[in-house]
Amino acid sequence: MPRAAAAALVVFAILYVIVIASPPDEFGGGDWRTTNTGSAFDDPSAFLTTVLDGMTFAGLLFIVASGFSLIFGLMRVVNMAHGAFYLLGGYIAYEVQQRMTGSGFGLQPGEVNTWEWIVPWLVAMVCIGVFGLAVQQLLLRWNQGQDLRQALITIAVSVIVADQVIAHFPRTVPAGTQQFGGNAVTISWPGWTNRLVDLHVGGISYSLSRLAMLALGIAVGLVLWLWLHRTKTGLVIRAGVDDRQMTSAIGINIQTTFAIAFLVGSALAAFGAVVGGSQASIAQGRDGEWLLFSLVVVIIGGMGSLAGAAVGSVLYGLVFAFAVAYLPTAGSDCCTQYSVVLTFALMALVLAFRPQGLFGKAT
Amino acid sequence: MTLDGAKVYTERAIGIGALVLAVLAPVLVSGFWLNSILTQALILGIGAASLIFLSAYGGMISLAQTGIMGIAGYALANMVTQRVPGGETKGLLLGWNPTVALVAAILLTVAIGLLFGAVASRSFGIYFLMLTLTYTVIAFLFVGSVTLIGGFSPVAGVDIYTPGFIGDIATDRNRLYYITLITSVFVYVLVRYLVRTPFGISLQGIRDEPVRMASLGYNVAVHRTLAFGIGAFIAALSGVLYAWWFGQLSPTTMGLDATIQLLVIAVIGGLRRIEGAWLGAIAFLFITNEITNRIPSSGLPVIGGTFNTVVGFIFLAIVIVSPDGLMGLWDKAWSAARRRGGPPQVEVESSDAAAVTS
Repeated sequence: MPRAAAAALVVFAILYVIVIASPPDEFGGGDWRTTNTGSAFDDPSAFLTTVLDGMTFAGLLFIVASGFSLIFGLMRVVNMAHGAFYLLGGYIAYEVQQRMTGSGFGLQPGEVNTWEWIVPWLVAMVCIGVFGLAVQQLLLRWNQGQDLRQALITIAVSVIVADQVIAHFPRTVPAGTQQFGGNAVTISWPGWTNRLVDLHVGGISYSLSRLAMLALGIAVGLVLWLWLHRTKTGLVIRAGVDDRQMTSAIGINIQTTFAIAFLVGSALAAFGAVVGGSQASIAQGRDGEWLLFSLVVVIIGGMGSLAGAAVGSVLYGLVFAFAVAYLPTAGSDCCTQYSVVLTFALMALVLAFRPQGLFGKAT
Repeated sequence: MTLDGAKVYTERAIGIGALVLAVLAPVLVSGFWLNSILTQALILGIGAASLIFLSAYGGMISLAQTGIMGIAGYALANMVTQRVPGGETKGLLLGWNPTVALVAAILLTVAIGLLFGAVASRSFGIYFLMLTLTYTVIAFLFVGSVTLIGGFSPVAGVDIYTPGFIGDIATDRNRLYYITLITSVFVYVLVRYLVRTPFGISLQGIRDEPVRMASLGYNVAVHRTLAFGIGAFIAALSGVLYAWWFGQLSPTTMGLDATIQLLVIAVIGGLRRIEGAWLGAIAFLFITNEITNRIPSSGLPVIGGTFNTVVGFIFLAIVIVSPDGLMGLWDKAWSAARRRGGPPQVEVESSDAAAVTS
């Protein structure tokens, strides 16, 4: 019965987006059908743009969440500090980019060349990868198997890291203004991405940097897949995911594999932060936000599964984008965002059918 | 008298002593201490009790309790505040009768808790922890982004509209203190009673052996959902008291920092025993108060940062040294004494060790 209701709800939501939604009235007012954009039937290009918004956001979600999922899948460690790593990585990349360009705070996108984006990106990834490795070796290596205790330890780490980051970053601030911890800063994309591309579909032009976000997400997915399925390390990691004890029993040093996985997983948080910080911003509070995003993606997709992280990212990205465009906005209540409720609805829906997530293995 | 008996009597004596001290507190300590430390500790203790109830007897470490406290507070705030000239402008300003609003807010919170619990009822261990953390973050983002019921700036003036039997707590802070004390005792007795009922016994069975309980015919999901509903009820009491104590609600009362704070309190006290809730709250607020007074406004010496860094290190130290918190240390001391005193007894280690160590 609840499943039938859930299915009916999904069908209704799809119908709503495709035919029922109507564009906002010029004179205000409106009813339950009024949304920010009209239905797909009325306004196909807005619909396509929304799909692209969702997919490009999913690319970014995947970069961050795949690192979270990789660590969890192999080591059963829920790295609650993933969001804090994201925050630290973003600020590191920002500082490096500021030092490289030397042009101070008001950086125009056109002033940044490709290297001035790639070097900060690499530095941030290496720093966070090494930092993550240190956390794992110092705090998580001696208590393997106690997953709740490890989660509590990473929570403690996240509290300390987030507080320290806010105390010390951003270091480069506009001339004449006071340094204020945790202020929002933006990393700049390379100048050439700062334009719109004509897609020749439905007459829409779309931001190249957002498309780059999707491309990077796909690239990370491909590289991770090749790494896990076509290399020896990947073979060992997959064996470790399936049966940790058996893998070490046949003489493989699983500790080295754990260390590599934690390094890569943490570095992916920084990767995501550089992309996310280029598209939006790095600021106080982003740590909690990205921890939530990672959690939701892996709860939906299933823990420790690459395909799950990809599907979870796409579902969540789309739901997020569609919620902004198609949730009713009738009445005086103009500025409300109900999209966060749909986050819960999406999780509830998936968990009602599969408590282990879409691609998770039953435990 | 056996050592186990001695432990029970010692604990009872300490408990009664603590209660007597708590009743006399308004004449013993300063107004600041009473209001800022003790009252807050009792309120957060009730919140932590809901967390420890779920973890000690249900095997569920829930990070949703802060979110549920916030939901209760926001529900109450939206229901009681009135649209008066020059008054509060945020929220729905329904202006209901405070008694009706109090009951309605608690019922609504329990209903939401049951929904949360139903969704999470088939998740265990670390999955449950993650899922419940998302509940709190979602609740936080919801009240922040739905301007209709609040938005990111606070909804104030909640403490003005209290039911008649609660009275004027905005100015008479001793009154508020006694109300939180009575509620704390009520929650403690409720939990101690519940875990002895058939429901409580089967809940503990499910904590230890969910699969076996399911094959014995117990409905595991329903038991866990109901337990979560009870946890939501206790958290709702705490949330309502918090709204009265603080007078206003902003989304940060249910933010990540607040969630971690409640978890730290529960972990300091010990996730296995309900008494740990209030012990942890007192210890935490005492430490907070002592440290905050010593930190210069420019941040911590040498490393920089705020109070949160200290909390993080304390939390880290506790999780590393004694994952069962202060109550765990106490229990450990008694079992060490028992080993020294008599012939070695078979340690009947109930598998609520699973709460933290598995």
